[in-house]
Amino acid sequence: MTKGTVKGVIANMVTVGVDGPVSQGEICFIETGGDRLMAEVIKVVGADVYVQVFESTRGLKVGAPAEFTGHMLEVKLAPGMLSKNFDGLQNDLDKMEGVFLKRGQYTDPLDEDRIWDFEPIVKEGDEVQAADWLGKVTENSQPLKIMAPFQLEGKAKVKSIAKAGQYKITDTIAVLTKENGEEVEVNMIQHWPVKFAMTNYKQKPRPFKLLETGVRTIDTFNPIVEGGTGFIPGPFGTGKTVLQHAISKQAEADIVIIAACGERANEVVEIFTEFPELIDPHTGRKLMERTIIIANTSNMPVAAREASVYTAMTMAEYYRSMGLRVLLMADSTSRWAQALREMSNRMEELPGPDAFPMDLSALISNFYGRAGYVYLNNGEVGSITFIGTVSPAGGNLKEPVTESTKKVARCFYGLEQDRADKKRYPAVNPIDSYSKYLEYPEFAEYIKGKINDQWIPKVLALKTRMQRGKEIAEQINILGDDGVPVDYHETFWKSEVIDFVILQQDAFDEVDAVTSLERQEEILNLVTEICEIDFKFDNFLDVVDYFKKMINLCKQMNYSVYKSEQYNSYKQQVQDMLKAHK
Amino acid sequence: MSTAFQKVYTKISQITKATCSLKATGVGYDELATINGKLAQVVKIAGEDITLQVFEGTGGIPTNAEVVFLGKAPSLKVSDQLAGRFFNAYGQPIDGGPEIEGKEVEIGGPSVNPVRRKQPNELIATGIAGIDLNNTLVSGQKIPFFADPDQPFNEVMAMVALRAKADKIILGGMGMTNDDYYFFRNTFSNAGALDRIISFMNTTEDPAVERLLIPDMTLTAAEYFAVEKHEKVLVLLTDMTSYADSLSIVSNRMDQIPSKDSMPGSLYSDLAKIYEKAVQFPDEAGGGSITIIAVTTLSGGDITHAVPDNTGYITEGQLYLRRDSDIGKVIVDPFRSLSRLKQLVAGKKTRKDHSQVMNAAIRLYADAANAKTKLENGFDLTDYDNRCLDFAKDYADKILAIDVDLDTTQMLDVTWVLFQKYFSLEEVNIKKEFTDIYWKS
Repeated sequence: MTKGTVKGVIANMVTVGVDGPVSQGEICFIETGGDRLMAEVIKVVGADVYVQVFESTRGLKVGAPAEFTGHMLEVKLAPGMLSKNFDGLQNDLDKMEGVFLKRGQYTDPLDEDRIWDFEPIVKEGDEVQAADWLGKVTENSQPLKIMAPFQLEGKAKVKSIAKAGQYKITDTIAVLTKENGEEVEVNMIQHWPVKFAMTNYKQKPRPFKLLETGVRTIDTFNPIVEGGTGFIPGPFGTGKTVLQHAISKQAEADIVIIAACGERANEVVEIFTEFPELIDPHTGRKLMERTIIIANTSNMPVAAREASVYTAMTMAEYYRSMGLRVLLMADSTSRWAQALREMSNRMEELPGPDAFPMDLSALISNFYGRAGYVYLNNGEVGSITFIGTVSPAGGNLKEPVTESTKKVARCFYGLEQDRADKKRYPAVNPIDSYSKYLEYPEFAEYIKGKINDQWIPKVLALKTRMQRGKEIAEQINILGDDGVPVDYHETFWKSEVIDFVILQQDAFDEVDAVTSLERQEEILNLVTEICEIDFKFDNFLDVVDYFKKMINLCKQMNYSVYKSEQYNSYKQQVQDMLKAHK
Repeated sequence: MSTAFQKVYTKISQITKATCSLKATGVGYDELATINGKLAQVVKIAGEDITLQVFEGTGGIPTNAEVVFLGKAPSLKVSDQLAGRFFNAYGQPIDGGPEIEGKEVEIGGPSVNPVRRKQPNELIATGIAGIDLNNTLVSGQKIPFFADPDQPFNEVMAMVALRAKADKIILGGMGMTNDDYYFFRNTFSNAGALDRIISFMNTTEDPAVERLLIPDMTLTAAEYFAVEKHEKVLVLLTDMTSYADSLSIVSNRMDQIPSKDSMPGSLYSDLAKIYEKAVQFPDEAGGGSITIIAVTTLSGGDITHAVPDNTGYITEGQLYLRRDSDIGKVIVDPFRSLSRLKQLVAGKKTRKDHSQVMNAAIRLYADAANAKTKLENGFDLTDYDNRCLDFAKDYADKILAIDVDLDTTQMLDVTWVLFQKYFSLEEVNIKKEFTDIYWKS
């Protein structure tokens, strides 16, 4: 392997003089004061190699030895990763010693001693290709597949396959004979370089299946689909993280991967304090059992921040290859972009807009492009739904990260300061936000089968009403309550009903936090019914009075357990109020 | 500071306003050096060319100055002797007392492993309802005051510090005026709290670049008491905008490409490294905690400036002060202030109706603001508008004003009384389980 010595240091960018070949993105280890610091090649100029070190470079001296590994940054993938907390470089954080993170401490992401109940899927003589399912194990009641090596080229024949029984991940479970006669021993561990997309599937069609999140402003108003992409930009304090946690708690996914990228450590603590207690509303099992956390919190080394989102995506691709529905959340992609900016700056590259590197937009779109709904080679399906948050500087959406993301993500959940100030949570702007999936004929077809063919037209009608309500609110502000016709007030208050009853949702209330699709349909129908009545009030004070009472009843209904006595009683009261005007 | 075997360099090749460069070998990154006795730190190594950042500026440094490398990063001696003492940015006593004896610890040390943290869940009671009721503080939290320079943030901070019942209060002053320094000193001394106060001071009279050391010094001392002594430590940092200004001076002198508002591109990480030192340790690790209350001064209330903006993304909320012209008092602004950790204690460590009462009151206060706009635009007010306005005035005076000193249960009771005085049950719009108990018709 190539060796080198340190020639210069500026913060975490180190120049290494080398004696042999190196490749772009190769990983090397630099030794200093007994610590081994992991670093990645980012530029090569002659025999000088620029590396970004994933740790603090304090005390590093000229002449320190560096050793190159011959491979890029890669992750180790095998059963046993669920419920774990990793750092951005896939070190198992629970295995690290002491209260503080020690420099140069790397831990095995996998447990080599754990025993798995293996069952073969293929038999001797079967023909397989990369990522084909050879066998299966079960982890936290999740069916996991043991696959042919991702690096396998062409076809191979199964020479032998292990019998059902107990094995460790390092045990050979199959021997494959390649076309050239070479034999490959296969265990349960896969390696994959994180910067490359896994494309071991047959086809990636347009996604169409609704992914239930239990959040009404998403499911009803701007639905996301299995294998879809979305992003949540918002100034600080508008509830990005609360919304993201709500989605990750409630979404109907098999595996949830949360990449805490440059965000607060306490938010990660919240996840691993609460998720082991919380129940997955769809399976009744503990949430933590399906969750993996990749934590590169804001005080952890900046260079590993970029790695953290790629590590998370690669893990997601691993599970997708097994035919699972994966939800990947990254909070926040802006911090990743900032990490790129810091390094680009140190390399003295010519800056793009806001001093971000010129290829930012390309990097973001490539990353979002790795999500998707796929048909695997064996005809099964798998998906990665990706939702990223964006933290726009100064809350201004005209900045490079938001703009680049908007080009690729199909759902936009814009959080608004004004709504947050008024405590209208989730503060997703009902007018600017969108889901492109509402326009997909495939999606409409799916919804028709899943719910009915009236759902989408009703949703679109309410969206129009929200817009109309906003316009009228502006007119009332200018002309005064008496300056507009009474039916303007009625239209405005109908939009308030939509806002208070459908869009606003209390993420901290046991009942209101998650709304089943069935219940959302009932709410949608009720609100549509209210909106379609022509009330004919005499003066605007009556309008205000009536709708405030109505909203109060509907909210009490939202707080009641679905179809409980209390719920039915509030529903009856709403109907009685409506009858008086029919 | 030099010892017998250290090599002395005497040939400086380049001097800028903040840095000196020279040829030297065996130098470590981040290492300290002295240049004619002035402290400097290694910021760049390129082969034998070493660039040093000189904390107090390079004025008066000759090209033949004596440069000695100290072989260590900036450090602080920690022990119980720190209590009650005042230090400069280098951790040297400025109160005339003796040097500290103790273990020497490098400042800016490693981060806490997130899986070794505990979710904060202990209420910090300040008696100020604008904080305890609407923006409850939790130990292990980090939260700044976003304030214009003329607002009484230092006074409020001192009040919070003294009422917070912390084992140690560590004050990091950056670019603080001498007058404010004496204000803190006298306030703590009059309260008889001097023995639990430790101060690291960089006043406006000291060199600006020195203040870059203050947060790390302060937090190194805090970690000693929280980790080794298992104490509840409250850290006060004022003013972080001065700190960021020094960062931009240094990055400018280092020829770095500035990003927004001429701040360095690494501003977010630089600030996060400081604020993320706030932590609650689990009982197995002694149960100590570090809570950070900071001040970020704004220019003309602009929170889109890079410093408050990045801070807002890092800290767990922010507090705003505002003078309320209706009651002529300073209040904690209920609209823009936010404590992100409040739901960890609200309704759990406080009475169950806490969250609902808080939200309803703020919503009604917002309705009052709308009514006020209507009034200013010359429109007629409805009966509801008028009641909102009356409520807002009463609410500001009895709850939001910073001179309020109540416990949280009293705050809730006062708010219920105000609700019933001005509104009907439907207008307040609170869950029935609470109105059944507290709405006394």
